[in-house]
Amino acid sequence: MSLPDAIIIGAGIVGAACAERLSADGLRVLVLEADVAGSGATAAGMGHVVVMDDNEAEFALTRYSSDLWRARSAELPQRAEWEPVGTLWVASDAEEFEGARRKLAFYRERGLQAELLDEQSLHEAEPQLRPGLAGGLLIPEDAVTYPPPVAAWLLRQMQERGGELRQSVRVQAIAGDMVVLANGNQLQAPLIVLAAGAASVGLIPALPLQPRKGHLAITDRVPGFVRHQLVELGYLKSAHGSSLESVAFNVQPRATGQLLIGSSRQYGQTSAEINHGILSRMLQQAIGYLPGLAHLSILRTWTGFRAATPDKLPLIGPAPGHEHLWLATGHEGLGITTSLATGQLLADLVAGRPPAIDAAPYAPSRFADSFREEAARAGTV
Amino acid sequence: MREQFEVRVNREAITVDDTTTVAAAILRAGVAGFRQSPDGHWRGPLCGMGICAECRATIDGVPGQYTCQRWCRPGMQIVTGAASDGEAPDELEER
Repeated sequence: MSLPDAIIIGAGIVGAACAERLSADGLRVLVLEADVAGSGATAAGMGHVVVMDDNEAEFALTRYSSDLWRARSAELPQRAEWEPVGTLWVASDAEEFEGARRKLAFYRERGLQAELLDEQSLHEAEPQLRPGLAGGLLIPEDAVTYPPPVAAWLLRQMQERGGELRQSVRVQAIAGDMVVLANGNQLQAPLIVLAAGAASVGLIPALPLQPRKGHLAITDRVPGFVRHQLVELGYLKSAHGSSLESVAFNVQPRATGQLLIGSSRQYGQTSAEINHGILSRMLQQAIGYLPGLAHLSILRTWTGFRAATPDKLPLIGPAPGHEHLWLATGHEGLGITTSLATGQLLADLVAGRPPAIDAAPYAPSRFADSFREEAARAGTV
Repeated sequence: MREQFEVRVNREAITVDDTTTVAAAILRAGVAGFRQSPDGHWRGPLCGMGICAECRATIDGVPGQYTCQRWCRPGMQIVTGAASDGEAPDELEER
């Protein structure tokens, strides 16, 4: 291809979504992937498209992106296994049920469908859940998907518009409008988008990102065992707390009839190896809610690294102090949900169009101090 | 010589001994398709060491057993394919 208008580093679902949107705006896009497209955090996420309510900025981004997913769901390839199963947030006790009520009010005030289930309705909705749970909150519009084929589908659209994907290409450095590859080659573009997830920090050390390791397990086929994506309301303590290590009950029915089991969160880990201690805690947590799981076979277990920012919001927009560099990373555990909105917001900002939602909460400039310190350090070397 | 005994692979009697894995007994019966993927493709043993999960079949009525990790025992009933009613699947096109 002739000189690209944009180079995107990282062909996970976020990089792929950026590539698809930028190419739709007429840009010639070159995507560089260190491994295989969609093989990083994209393959280690559950593929849960979920609207979240921890704060207005998170709600706005997940809601907007969930709308984009549903608008395009009919175009998704069959392999993307799009299933509008809904999320069922499970309350184990009265305190969590109060939390479900607050969540219900939050969603309804903002026009999102939500339905409170008492103990009996919860049991009817999911008979495999253990008796004695307090109730639940059903969000019917949430869905599940298998993310790697979605990334491939987005990249194909970019390629059909004249863009290019190069895999097994390792980027060594970003310098101005140049991308330096590990083999010494240099590529140039006026716009460089860093979408390499937790690995992004290897290229730009100032990025306020920490890897947050997660484990997943998948069972043999048991069609109909559960019907919704099941998540404990206590999940929020795990996902949004900052403790070094936590697990939560998070089980998803796959289109194949398999059950995908999450979730674990660990800071300070760099090895992708299975940690049997936390895997066992994660499975015990799941069995605590779904006792029948104990009789099923786990076929595979694997891990991945979320890219976590200090405020749990992603980095979408220009990198402070870098003229050509934009960021699309830091999506932590919501990267599948928020990928499509990230691509659209980034393309809108690049084109100078007003985005559909306020992009300020995701602007990397909120961490400008961190970038300034890096520039200062670089200046003294 | 070790004691020989019979197991049944999809109702066919196969003579083995207690150093034969169930996967080997299935192959000896001329069956290469151990199970079917969700979209109906045949799968068979790949790694032979309990990792790939492709050799799973039903042993004595219990589905999903890793046949490469199990020794044959006298009278074992082994059923391959997706059939859960004990029916043997059709012969494979590919061997």
